[in-house]
Amino acid sequence: MIPELGHFSAFLGLMSAVGIALFGIFGANQNRSSWVDMSIRLTKVQVAVLALSFLLLILAFLDDDFSVLYVANNSNTALPWYYKVSGVWGAHEGSFLLWTLVTAVWTVLVATRARHIPLKLHGYVLGTLGVLSFMFLAFLIFSSNPFERLVPNVPIQGADLNPVLQDIGQIIHPPMLYIGYVGFGVTFAFGIAALVTGKIDSAWARWVRPWVNVAWLFLTIGIVLGSWWAYYELGWGGWWFWDPVENASFMPWLAGTALIHSLAATEKRGAFKNWTILLTLLTFTLVLMGAFLVRSGVLSSVHAFAVDPQRGLILLTIFVLVAGGSLVLYAFRAHSLNTQVQYWGVSRELLLLINNALLVIAVFTILLGTLYPLGHEWFVGGTERLSVGEPYFNAMFVPIMLLLSFALAIAPISRWKHTPKKLVVNALILLGGSAVVALLLPWILADGVHLGVSCAVALAIWIFVTHAIACYRQRKALTLGFIGMSVAHVGFAIAVIGVAVTSVYTESKDARLKIGESLEVSGTKYELVEVQPTEAQNYIGERARFDFDVQRSLFPERRYYSIREHITYEAAIAPGIFKDRYITFAGPMENDTWGVEIQDKPFQRWIWFGAVVAGLAALIAMLDKRYRRLSQRNLETKYSE
Amino acid sequence: MKSHRRRRLTIIIFLFVGSLTTVLISIFALQNYIDHFYLPDQIVNGEVPLERKIRAGGMVKPGSVIHDSTGLGVQFDITDLNDVTFRVHYEGILPPLFREGQGTIVAGTLSEDGVFSARRVFAKHDEEYVPPELKGMQEHDDP
Repeated sequence: MIPELGHFSAFLGLMSAVGIALFGIFGANQNRSSWVDMSIRLTKVQVAVLALSFLLLILAFLDDDFSVLYVANNSNTALPWYYKVSGVWGAHEGSFLLWTLVTAVWTVLVATRARHIPLKLHGYVLGTLGVLSFMFLAFLIFSSNPFERLVPNVPIQGADLNPVLQDIGQIIHPPMLYIGYVGFGVTFAFGIAALVTGKIDSAWARWVRPWVNVAWLFLTIGIVLGSWWAYYELGWGGWWFWDPVENASFMPWLAGTALIHSLAATEKRGAFKNWTILLTLLTFTLVLMGAFLVRSGVLSSVHAFAVDPQRGLILLTIFVLVAGGSLVLYAFRAHSLNTQVQYWGVSRELLLLINNALLVIAVFTILLGTLYPLGHEWFVGGTERLSVGEPYFNAMFVPIMLLLSFALAIAPISRWKHTPKKLVVNALILLGGSAVVALLLPWILADGVHLGVSCAVALAIWIFVTHAIACYRQRKALTLGFIGMSVAHVGFAIAVIGVAVTSVYTESKDARLKIGESLEVSGTKYELVEVQPTEAQNYIGERARFDFDVQRSLFPERRYYSIREHITYEAAIAPGIFKDRYITFAGPMENDTWGVEIQDKPFQRWIWFGAVVAGLAALIAMLDKRYRRLSQRNLETKYSE
Repeated sequence: MKSHRRRRLTIIIFLFVGSLTTVLISIFALQNYIDHFYLPDQIVNGEVPLERKIRAGGMVKPGSVIHDSTGLGVQFDITDLNDVTFRVHYEGILPPLFREGQGTIVAGTLSEDGVFSARRVFAKHDEEYVPPELKGMQEHDDP
């Protein structure tokens, strides 16, 4: 009964989506506030019924109701309760139910928190979100029903959750990611509404910016969590693999970053209006493309869900409808938004333009590398198959990011319209100073100079310095917006240092060790002291003890999950500000030896720390008082002046 | 020409040259960094360039995994459903999901004696999920 109720709730959600879309769009079109109010009310109904549906699926997991196919495939009585709950979003159907719930939450937030924006805009935004919600829910109910029954042959035991997913990372990484993804659906809706109403001004940009920031914050955190999780869970210490599915999350992130910057120019100077709108559309299009790539099984990836051609086709249809429809609308309406804005020399507008060009180029090169193997298979065919690996992405992406760092360092001292030459020259002198420091540092600390790392570190130091100086100069009139920008850029610089140093200076050694033997990595001796058997509800394994330095130990494990006959390496990590020590234990080999890999990874944490700092900066900028809600009338008088 | 016209022209030329350069650089990079993927029968039939970075895949032949007596060297055979096999040599820790009778993909080079030296070994992540490369193999061999 419970699963049927859950299914029915989802269906009610679909019905509310129809209402939200129709009342929103026609309410806006006919200028009827009662209809838009109806749409607002329905968003509350929708979020309630979808939350109920989601809770009922959680209940089915907690109850070990294996008559539900999805529960039987992804849970087991031996699973601890928190993994039963997170098992709900451990595979395709349940995770998509979460996706639709997240959409409903965003929709209700836009409905209730954005009442101050003009009726027409509000109606069209809600209408667009209703249409998106309708498509997602139709896909869920008609081709990915998580409540499908497995009768009459109800299994007495479930197939267990994939052991790799039995982790805190799985509990929080997908929800964060989905909140970020769907958040860009909100900015997409604002973009569509602006095209339909034909009105885009400073006020519009000001209304959109907080939403973009929140979406971007969650997507950033989601990606960082994914990277951190892969780092400790997959057992070989990589933090980014340029895997197609990672790329699928990274492309909207880059486009979203471009959007944040383009919106700044649109708000402050009324510049790049067309381009900003295009970015709102592009970002969400990339989100949908990612969903298609991940959930259709067309790509070879460690993340991909099980293959189902029918689902792939439906998702492709949704993608084509949304991308095609919005681009056609854009083609017809965008020219009406055009404006002329004057700027010359090194102006802030120019820097934002460079930022956007570089980010979009980055998206393009990643897109090309991700889709090239697919395109080759489809258009060239034959037995020949290709894959595009890390070297391609690194070769393309790293130079783009270094160029971006250059523009970013000048950003805080730049001015709108035109920056006096003196300021630019001063900034370049600072670059020279930073370069000297970056070349001297490795000489003092390490054996030799690595040109690439010095380059990256020089740019990072330069970014620190210019932002510090700019904040100091403006200390009397600092806005949260400016602080947010500076903190975000400093976060970026921290991550740049982390990426450069850890990529170049990581040292890794593997060996077969007997008890009592040791392995020396980067000047530290790691001794294998003992190996003990270990056990839990659903796995057995071995736990090794390594001693290093004075009185420090690490305990990596190898586990065998019997239900799925699945082995995992649980790496042991000693994290630190300046280096991570990372031990992988591969279990027994012949002649009483044990397989071991030990890595010394300097500045590893800086990557995630920098990204989290940048994410939080989005929150700081959002709190700027100019985003506090102004009543519509106040705004109208303000802009008519 | 009016100033804003000239300005627009500059922007268009700039965009055009910029995107052209990007596309050319990307294609150049792709040419250099692409790995070709091969199945066991292609390797055995000599359709594969020697001493070049490639990828290959298939099933790990049951009973073929032999660890060296010292060190982390390991050899195993990769096979397709018609029992066409080639040998792989690898130095290092095998991924946890690597198992006899399961699908695997190796990246490395093929030497003249027909042995594949793997730089990296990938094992699949999930029982339900088959890499598209290997799915092709199964379909291919179905009668």
